[in-house]
Amino acid sequence: MAVRLDKPWRGCEAIDRLPGHMGVFELADQTGAVLYVGYAGGRSRFGLRSEIADALGRFPDAALVRYEVTTAYLTRWQELLMAHRADRGALPPGNADVSGLGRLSPG
Amino acid sequence: MDLSLTEEQELLITTVRRFVREEILPLEQHLDPDADELEPEDRARLVEKTRAMGLYGLDIPPEYGGPELDLVTRTLLAIEMSQHRAGLYAPCYGVFGGAGLAQLFEATEEQKERYLYPMLHGEKKGFFGLTEPSGGSDPARAIRTRAVRDGDHWVINGSKIFISGADKADFGLVFARTDPEKGRGGVTCFIVDTDTPGFHVRRIVHTLRAARYATELSFEDMRVPHANVLGEVNKGFAIANDRLSRQRIPYAAGCIGVAIKAHEMALEYVPQRETFGAPLSTRQAVQWMLVDNEIDIRQARWLTLEAAHRADRGEDFRKEAAMAKLVATEAASRVVDRCIQMFGGYGVSKDFPFERWYREMRIRRIGEGPSEVQRHIIARDLLGASLR
Repeated sequence: MAVRLDKPWRGCEAIDRLPGHMGVFELADQTGAVLYVGYAGGRSRFGLRSEIADALGRFPDAALVRYEVTTAYLTRWQELLMAHRADRGALPPGNADVSGLGRLSPG
Repeated sequence: MDLSLTEEQELLITTVRRFVREEILPLEQHLDPDADELEPEDRARLVEKTRAMGLYGLDIPPEYGGPELDLVTRTLLAIEMSQHRAGLYAPCYGVFGGAGLAQLFEATEEQKERYLYPMLHGEKKGFFGLTEPSGGSDPARAIRTRAVRDGDHWVINGSKIFISGADKADFGLVFARTDPEKGRGGVTCFIVDTDTPGFHVRRIVHTLRAARYATELSFEDMRVPHANVLGEVNKGFAIANDRLSRQRIPYAAGCIGVAIKAHEMALEYVPQRETFGAPLSTRQAVQWMLVDNEIDIRQARWLTLEAAHRADRGEDFRKEAAMAKLVATEAASRVVDRCIQMFGGYGVSKDFPFERWYREMRIRRIGEGPSEVQRHIIARDLLGASLR
């Protein structure tokens, strides 16, 4: 399994067709710069669909979304944040307050 | 043989049981079903409480500042501490502290100053790096990571897998082959700082245990000072092996605690749930599941306490610890499975903890030596030297 999210980016307009499963997602601006990495966990109302809709409300600059369905949403979410920090030297702006992450050098 | 608990044990059990019910379970209602950490402020508050209760760092030997409790008592408390959703791998979310890497109790005084004491004070974290992609059940022979002497240093190359906590650790114990001609007599244990050039955490290994991950490590020309050899060169496997039997006892206890909690929830549920005009508790099929749960739990509990009792008396307990680990992990798996059956659809939903226990319990039959290795240990003991 790839460390980084390798699913295709898509527009944010048809979010009501997103799956209701648990999983992880990334929001990006028009240029593809990741703004936020989130997850839909076991307590989410409608899985990725509702969590992405909520996150879009908080990030008006978000224009692109991509997601991965997974039941290991917590560990995958941490992995994506660690990989992002390893690649770019900092967490995405929407996750800047996340603490306690480990160090990853995915190569 | 006196099987009754002492007054002190009764008091400690009651105290910890109340702590789990009044402090842990309410917080868990608001956490993600797969969470394995509390919010930092909740954790700090509860650690303060366990310190005030004199129960922080239960597994730390008294000479290093831990409370002087025998293994039977600590086993009884471990059974209590695991009776919640995250209890199998994060009993009470760690607010009772832990002993960390017990192998460091054998370190030199200089190594203790640099690693053991900071770890016991919560200032440093360590990881245990034994298993490799080539195998985990027979680590002495499977270890392919090589360490070659170069003056005052060793140069280490290789990889490790299923290593917990390495990405957040300050240092770790890394087992490497220093003599390729010898099996278990050619392995050395090194204390490795994780900021050493050549140390890499390559990826997270995602498993059924979706709350707490393991990692894959690689070492590329990683230079480690000779002063960081733990114990003696080529005697590292004894360091790893020494603690294995002892660790199987709390490992079994955690499974028993979860089984007790699952069984307790089923006992509350089946008189309330009606099918075809009668409570589930009136159905013989359900009654027998409850009976089998009770027997499974009692068998596992007594075998585990017997192993702890022998360890406390300074007797050989390798076989007993293997039996405890084998029976507790398999019995608890059956108990959780039966409880899911009684709860039906709710049993596999994230509204209840059974599905998490079911996933995590499966790993318990592999971790700390799989069931087959435990049977091998027991058979070797029964048959004597002919299998050695």
